[in-house]
Amino acid sequence: MKQYVISVKVENKFGVLARVAGLFSARGYNIDSLTVSTTEQDNISIMTIVVKGDDRVIEQVKKQLNKLIDVIKVTDHSDIPTVQMEIVIIKISAPQSKRAEIFQLGEIFRADIADISAKSITLGVKGEPEKIDNFIELLRPYGIKELMRTGRVSMVKETKDSK
Amino acid sequence: MKISGAEIIVECLKKENVEVMFGYPGGVVIPIFHQIFNAPFKFILSRHEQGAVHAADGYARASGKPGVVLATSGPGATNLVTGIATAYMDSVPLVVFTGQVHSAMIGNDAFQEVDVTGITRPISKHNYLVQDINDLSRIIKESFYIASTGRPGPVVIDVPVDISNGFTRFHYPESVNIKGYKPVYEGHSGQIEKACGLIESSSRPVIYSGGGVIISNASEELRTFVKKTGIPVTTTLLGMGAYPETDSLSLEMLGMHGTYYANRAMHESDLVIAIGARFDDRVTGKIDTFIPNAKVIHIDIDPASVSKNVLVDIPIVGDCKKVLGEMNKIIQPPRITEWIDKINQWKKDHPLSYEDSGKGRIKPQYIVEEIYRQTGGEAIICTEVGQNQMWAAQFYKFTEPRSFISSGGLGTMGYGFPAAIGAQLARPDKRVIDIAGDGSIQMNIQELIVAVQHRIPVIIAILNNGFLGMVRQWQQLFYDKRYSHTCINFAPDFVKLAEAYGAAGISVKERNEVIPAIKKALEITDRPIIIDFHVAREENVYPMVPAGKSVKDTIMRDLA
Repeated sequence: MKQYVISVKVENKFGVLARVAGLFSARGYNIDSLTVSTTEQDNISIMTIVVKGDDRVIEQVKKQLNKLIDVIKVTDHSDIPTVQMEIVIIKISAPQSKRAEIFQLGEIFRADIADISAKSITLGVKGEPEKIDNFIELLRPYGIKELMRTGRVSMVKETKDSK
Repeated sequence: MKISGAEIIVECLKKENVEVMFGYPGGVVIPIFHQIFNAPFKFILSRHEQGAVHAADGYARASGKPGVVLATSGPGATNLVTGIATAYMDSVPLVVFTGQVHSAMIGNDAFQEVDVTGITRPISKHNYLVQDINDLSRIIKESFYIASTGRPGPVVIDVPVDISNGFTRFHYPESVNIKGYKPVYEGHSGQIEKACGLIESSSRPVIYSGGGVIISNASEELRTFVKKTGIPVTTTLLGMGAYPETDSLSLEMLGMHGTYYANRAMHESDLVIAIGARFDDRVTGKIDTFIPNAKVIHIDIDPASVSKNVLVDIPIVGDCKKVLGEMNKIIQPPRITEWIDKINQWKKDHPLSYEDSGKGRIKPQYIVEEIYRQTGGEAIICTEVGQNQMWAAQFYKFTEPRSFISSGGLGTMGYGFPAAIGAQLARPDKRVIDIAGDGSIQMNIQELIVAVQHRIPVIIAILNNGFLGMVRQWQQLFYDKRYSHTCINFAPDFVKLAEAYGAAGISVKERNEVIPAIKKALEITDRPIIIDFHVAREENVYPMVPAGKSVKDTIMRDLA
């Protein structure tokens, strides 16, 4: 199944999140990530939803999203040029002997050292989802104690055609 | 001058020219009922909230105007749920008010508290929880607008008791501006031209007309379109009446229990013109074998209906009435004489029929035919759900829009009788008949007293076979005739029951009593009438395309 990135501009009202999420959950779709935030405009929020699904069902969900009264605009970011970013916080086991290596890796990825204890290091990295994936894979051998990602935000790139 | 939230609700309903409201009181809506006591519109007190919402739905379908409902919080609201879902599935405009506990108590498991907006979210077009009394009149204005525009549907407004009891200045907005809700009514002219081109070059076209044609009042435009093109018309269950079934170009209803010729014509067609229909599974059967050789034009106001179940070649998003109006200006007839001959042959070879020796228990189909004859086809027919619904659809010939009222999408048993009460209030000039089964009628029988109280002369024609007939039919055909819990001949005496309520009751056991009973019922105009027709117990509805099967699997009659 293909992974979709769907951007949904909504009225900033209570209940909107439940309406949007409900269209996915009613079809038994598990959302991979979902972010909601304010925008440059008052009273308008934007959601970035990452979900795997069948083409026709996602097409139907997009139409249903458009039907929601509180939804202003639905844009499919899956196949168009976008800027995408997310943040990961990752806590790994870090005995003295391994620390130098970990710091070096962190530097390559421009990670923040968020916390250090006797047994662990907590790193934060921001960037494109693929970069985050790579970072996690490289750290995995050290032993991941805790990990969380924010889920991505996605914005359409300005191109020659865009106004 | 400041007025209370409850007064604002009544003022808004007056501004919306509401004629009748349906509902039931309860603790947190007492302030609203306090104001309704003197309101200039009629209030119909149901005996169960489900009765109120179905009545409002029947009113809306018969009149085209939104039905308005009021119920209390908690159980009052949950009792509305089936009715809201019924209206949602069939695109019926409703504005439903529910009381809610005091704002400060929401979320605290207060007495009679449920999360109404949460429960009704997937079964309403939109819903609101009023949080500020200053939003109340805007919300009501928006609700009527949302309910009755675009693809119509139910809108729920949840009103906490402190909002009803609060005070503010009343101002009813003149207009509505919702950023995310701008229904498209005009069809794309390029698409319309393309569609007309395709129609003109087709050789086996069929019009597949749905509930959307009734909702958008496009019946006249459809008739003109057919007159101009000569293309035969089949309708969905909810589309019946948009085109006269007595006309030679009518193929009547299609689908699971549709006519053989409607389903065959669809199957052989090279162009299906879908108008305000949504390719429901009861229409398509097995989707892979549905209309295998046809291109599809789909006119619908709801973009989400387009290419949902069946891929569409030419979609036209817009209002059926407007789009058909535009097409009528430019359309030229296709050459389809051979096609019409072929269809006429199918009609001749496989008419809608049933076996009737005239002996033994009365055939239910015969009763529907007699109801049609005795009313001259002029009645509004409501139905329950199951065999009664299908026989009504097959054997009553509908010629006018809004004359057939039935729960199509949700298939709600117990819908027909309260809907008939609402329809009769909307159309006092018409006879309203609920064609019922002995199962369905018992689901909302408590509403009988409402019809008695308001002298609403709805006729309830019970096709009493002592079974939950449609499920029994499936058990017979597909489940080894194991009639698990579908035999309900342990039943009340419906005539005595009618009399206990103050309604008229007539029992019919012999075929020669059918016509006199219908005539007698039609003469009564001051109270509801139950006619208890004892019909053949194991009669089946045919033709039948079994669920998930294709036209070639159609069962035409009982195997010997």
